[in-house]
Amino acid sequence: MTLAKKKAMTAYVFLAFPLVFFVGVRFGPMLYAMIRSLTDWSLLRKTNQFIGFDNFKAVLTDPVFLKSLGNTLRYAIVGAPIVIALSLGIALLLNRIIHARGLFRLIYILPYITPMVAVSWVWRWMYQTPPMGILNAMFSALGLPAVEFLISPDQALYSILAVNIWVELGYCTTVFLAGIQTIPMDCVEAAKIDGASERQIFVRIILPLLMPITLFLMIMQGIQFLRIFTPIYNMSSQAMGGPLDSTKSAALYIYQMAFTKFEMGRASAASLVLFAIIMVVTLLQLRIFDKKANNQE
Amino acid sequence: MKRLKVLGMTLAATMLLAAQAVSAAPVTITYWQYFYQSKVDLMNDLIKQFEAKNPGIKVDQVTFPYESYNQKVAASIPAGEGPDVINLYSGWLPMYVKAEYIQPLPKSSFGASDMKANFYSFVSPAVNFGGKLYSAPTAVRTLALIWNKKLFKEAGLDPEKPPRTLDELADYARKLSKYDAQGNLIQAGLTMQPNGQGHNWIRDVLFRQFGAAPYDATGRKVTYATPQGIAAMQWYMDRIVKDKVGYPNFMTDDVTAFKAQKAAMTIDGSFRVATLKAMKDLDWGIAELPTHNGIKSNFASFWTNSIVSGVKGKQLDASVKFLQFLTSPEVMEQWLAKVGELPANPKIAAAHKDDPIINVFMKGLDYAHVTAFVDEAGQRNLFVDMIDEINLKGAKVEDVLKRTAVAEQKIFDDFWK
Amino acid sequence: MTVDKRIGLGIAYAILSLLSVVMIFPFLWMLLSSFKDATQIFQPGLFPSDPTFENYIAILFSGNSRFPRWFLNSAIVATCTTASVLFFDSLLGYTLAKFEFPGKKIIFLLVISTLMIPTEMLVIPWYAMSRAMKWGNTYWGIMFPGMISAFGVFLMRQFMTSIPNDLIDAARIDGMGELRIFMKIVLPLVSPALATLAIFNFIGNWNAFLWPLIIASKPRMFTLPVGLANFSGEAGSDWHLIMTGATVAMVPLIILFLIFQKQIVRGIAMTGLKG
Repeated sequence: MTLAKKKAMTAYVFLAFPLVFFVGVRFGPMLYAMIRSLTDWSLLRKTNQFIGFDNFKAVLTDPVFLKSLGNTLRYAIVGAPIVIALSLGIALLLNRIIHARGLFRLIYILPYITPMVAVSWVWRWMYQTPPMGILNAMFSALGLPAVEFLISPDQALYSILAVNIWVELGYCTTVFLAGIQTIPMDCVEAAKIDGASERQIFVRIILPLLMPITLFLMIMQGIQFLRIFTPIYNMSSQAMGGPLDSTKSAALYIYQMAFTKFEMGRASAASLVLFAIIMVVTLLQLRIFDKKANNQE
Repeated sequence: MKRLKVLGMTLAATMLLAAQAVSAAPVTITYWQYFYQSKVDLMNDLIKQFEAKNPGIKVDQVTFPYESYNQKVAASIPAGEGPDVINLYSGWLPMYVKAEYIQPLPKSSFGASDMKANFYSFVSPAVNFGGKLYSAPTAVRTLALIWNKKLFKEAGLDPEKPPRTLDELADYARKLSKYDAQGNLIQAGLTMQPNGQGHNWIRDVLFRQFGAAPYDATGRKVTYATPQGIAAMQWYMDRIVKDKVGYPNFMTDDVTAFKAQKAAMTIDGSFRVATLKAMKDLDWGIAELPTHNGIKSNFASFWTNSIVSGVKGKQLDASVKFLQFLTSPEVMEQWLAKVGELPANPKIAAAHKDDPIINVFMKGLDYAHVTAFVDEAGQRNLFVDMIDEINLKGAKVEDVLKRTAVAEQKIFDDFWK
Repeated sequence: MTVDKRIGLGIAYAILSLLSVVMIFPFLWMLLSSFKDATQIFQPGLFPSDPTFENYIAILFSGNSRFPRWFLNSAIVATCTTASVLFFDSLLGYTLAKFEFPGKKIIFLLVISTLMIPTEMLVIPWYAMSRAMKWGNTYWGIMFPGMISAFGVFLMRQFMTSIPNDLIDAARIDGMGELRIFMKIVLPLVSPALATLAIFNFIGNWNAFLWPLIIASKPRMFTLPVGLANFSGEAGSDWHLIMTGATVAMVPLIILFLIFQKQIVRGIAMTGLKG
């Protein structure tokens, strides 16, 4: 056997188990979900049959699912850009200061590494209406009117979104800060000597150089917010995504369809719709950023 | 030859011994209930007592959290991984019977006449499907008005005189509510928590007291969307919207609010008694639900025991024995003492009628109704959403109640079709 | 430094400090609440009027508390999956970086493309699979979806590429077996990356919620997040215990974080830079 062949053999041996895993635990199940989304599979029935696209028709005409999709998009469209903008700002500030940079950064990462379930409950506790929540106690001490937060169908979604932003902020800040630090300083210095203003340096040099990182974060955060589940499950009354389904995300809808209503086929169909949306949004972002990057050059 | 004979005899003897060992091997049955500390602790005791009496039977208790209980059952029973004996909420029975999760109880041990003689009268129709009995409870539960005596005193009310009618209840609730400088409710006069017992109180008490039967005699037709039903709902909503004596999820939920002494009155079930008794600083009283138009009504429900489909042979015999034990007078007595729920057998309950707390619930049982839920969670949620829509979105009671009735009717129709 | 610059710096510090308060306050409030008993928790005021450890005793040492068990479950799950991820991800990363074989590109693309599949879609088939295999309420059932992480494979491959081929070839000429080369030569060279991957994976699995929520239905098989989510139930919400439980669930992570902050920061930075 030649050395190349021997090496290839070794590679296949090393790859054997991981490949079985990826096929058995990722692709196989994905395929399974696709096939089962075409059946009336329910845990409450012993048999199930092929029903074509009925599940898709059912979920896409279910007002609750449509509402949850709308909410999901709202989480992503409002949440991801805020996280990106805020964290970029913080990273630029951190890059400016000389002392305590590490300390600040540590403080900002703390929410990111702690369990989402735990912080959700802490925030739920803080968000309570009088006489319980600390935030409302502060407002009241300042003579401000009480805020309803989680019990209001207009505010609950944004209250939960704020927690998710609070959690993701430290992560994005750290990524941005690392990116800023790779920007060659001589480039910036040269621009300064040429008389460029801070603003020009930021718009012409720093921002374009940070484009790939921004794109990466935008996509990752976009996916993150589109899949939002844990804070809603833990912050809405009886994990229902209320009040009046105003906080219910697509992921929570899928969970409820599958594991409290046991309609697994229908839940699979809903999960495919979510999958498609994630794909489209991701590709769209790639497209937009590609164009922007090209225009810059 | 001789050797062969000895060998043969030894073999035969071994086989005989083995066969005996097999028949004497204990039958193990599994019992499932949801996790509620006092119930789980008591059940562990009861299982010990049962095993002592039935040396050939072992019982394994497995518990799941309330929230995931239905999910676990639905996932396990069709897969053959379920228990032998299962504890269920009465409102879930239609769903379980329809899905064939549970089997009819053997007539020899649980006949229709036994059921009539040994259980409260509302039990039998609730466990009877197509002429077969599917379940038997240890205890029954019903609602009562519970109030905080300290807060009554603070408001200048007689702590020993609870409101007797809905008008009084509304009046007391207004007096017991407190607000801060900004006008925020900081002490609820009455808890308004539809996702707790609130939806049951509306369904089987308020509707009836205002003259609307919630469902027809078959239990399959929604009949509360009448002027009387609207009046009942309006009365409930007025407490939230007009009087502002409480609102859903105040202090997270009704139980938390009452335990924290931030709610003066609450409508809750007999199962809460053990929890409240454990609260040292809490001075509370308990009374029958307030009447209206002279009509008394109450809502009864129960957690009940069934045998899972597919259990047969020795497992079935053992399961039946365990079920008989669980519904025996001695267990009912212990259940009352440790959990606080009323014995399902009126004769046993009657022996405790001098206990003031038990007495309240017993009286309530006399005029209680049982709602035949087909999708308890779904039907509860309809009421929760109805109240939110009126309270938070300013929708009209009449419109939302009619819509809710249509939606609930659809749940019934989908189920029974 | 010009005055302008100094003012700018001052503003930067002010904004950053204010933000720090927003980031830290919930933790502080949680910690303070955990020292209040069932009555104090509902009293106004930041600090407990009569600080008590009884919540911690109730959660950690009382006979019928399931919290210690959940803690143990989380530790087992996070440790085992991390060990598996470290081994397989680096093996896969190494193979994809240092070996030439037909189908390499496709395999790499396949592995990376699994990152796009949302967990929400996979949990349903996983659940069906676990039922068929009777994996419900077992450690394996909780762990199996996370035994290899595609993201880790990607990360390790990036690192492995920078290992000089000569080193590996020299070992081959010395007659070392392939697995030994991997274990003895390659792994030590990427230990900083391994540390980062390990910490990230541990944190990820410690905090995981959706899948453990589905697969673990018996309270004794709950992980910490699932246990916490079930704290408030039919008997109302015991906020003093919830805050204590949340504190306890965070402590190991904060300790880990303080020890490994460099790796964590580097790891986060890396995910962005290499992505």
